[in-house]
Amino acid sequence: MNKNSSIYHGLVLGAFCLGFGLLLALTHRVTKEDIAARAMEDRQNSLSAVIPDSIHDNNPVTDTVTIKGGDGKELTVYRAKKGNQVTGVAYEISGIGYAGPIKLMLGVGADGRVLGVRALAHKETPGLGDKIEIKKGDWITRFTGLSLGNPPVEKWKVKKDGGQFDQFSGATITPRGVVGAIREGLAFFAANQPLMTQQTTPQTANPQISNEVR
Amino acid sequence: MSTGYGRIARDGLWDNNGVLAMLLGMCPTMAMTTSATNGLGMGLATAVVMAASGALVALFRGYITQEVRIPVYILIVAAMVTVVDLGMNAYMHDLYKVLGLFIPLIVSNCLPLARLESFASKETVMRSLADGVFMGLGFTLALTAIGAVREIIGAGTLFADASLLLGPAFKFMEMRIMPESMGVLLLILPPGGFLVAGLMVVGKRMIDVAGGKSIQMAGAHAV
Repeated sequence: MNKNSSIYHGLVLGAFCLGFGLLLALTHRVTKEDIAARAMEDRQNSLSAVIPDSIHDNNPVTDTVTIKGGDGKELTVYRAKKGNQVTGVAYEISGIGYAGPIKLMLGVGADGRVLGVRALAHKETPGLGDKIEIKKGDWITRFTGLSLGNPPVEKWKVKKDGGQFDQFSGATITPRGVVGAIREGLAFFAANQPLMTQQTTPQTANPQISNEVR
Repeated sequence: MSTGYGRIARDGLWDNNGVLAMLLGMCPTMAMTTSATNGLGMGLATAVVMAASGALVALFRGYITQEVRIPVYILIVAAMVTVVDLGMNAYMHDLYKVLGLFIPLIVSNCLPLARLESFASKETVMRSLADGVFMGLGFTLALTAIGAVREIIGAGTLFADASLLLGPAFKFMEMRIMPESMGVLLLILPPGGFLVAGLMVVGKRMIDVAGGKSIQMAGAHAV
């Protein structure tokens, strides 16, 4: 075929697309299971950080219930059980940070106290807002053991807003987003505790959540 | 035209450095140099992609016609980036958690594309591989240096979290140069990237001029 015809060029490009398409398909196939396994491990790790091992004898990663979240979307609730009794739950919450949403995993005990919080994903400024990560500092651990009454709701704010939680130097918006998300997450738990801890898997009834605490 | 390996190494690391001489790949340079560790990781990932895509383009250079070369280059770079992305996610997951967000950005870096067009499309596989490696290492060097300056002045640390990137054995690299409270926030924020990168370019040229090299040479030798 004439090497200068547009059909030839098209065929060359097509051949490369096919070849590299196959390469990518192959790579995807080879790595698929490992990637899924890693994602599962990540989930497990983030759950074990917010639900102490001592309070459950089941696997919270697989013992879930899906309810309607505060934003109207479906929310997966991971449940820690001991002797078939729900001792705590963990679920994703999100707050608005400096550079977009901050996703957090919140663990709450049956008594409404925070078992632990960890940042899952965020886009905060490196070196400033990323101190919410456990890898970069222990700021996020200060919430453990607190509940909506301790401190009182109006104190669930950063100090700059008249609350009791420290912001960190150079970043106020990030801690504000995190504190607000945890406050709302706890209010959500208070409003939906029966749904979250019930034994049978419900068909997303209609928990019209009264999110009065904002 | 064939280029000796010594020349390729010198070009990539210093004379024709992708960032400091050719001013290519500015997007990752600005975005990923908030710390020396980030710069190092981004540089190394880019080097892998550049080496692989350079060798592939050189291997297929007899088949890639002039008219469709640009889409084919982009295809090859994008495919290599995706392979690195998937591979790191599966087998180097801890590293992936640090760099994952930025790996796809390598596709939009003009440095790999520029090297494919100006070097790999006319050179042998081995030489193109070497060019990819050294250009990538030069990129890594520049990013790490800019990151180090921004990190030291901005946050007071050097190579913070290097052990997350390279493994626990590299914990010794993590240093605190001065107290965090003395940090100049501006250097960590985006303007700091422009300031430090600009000063680095000036610094490199001053060294070149002091060494008696003409500045035009570097520019003319580029794309």
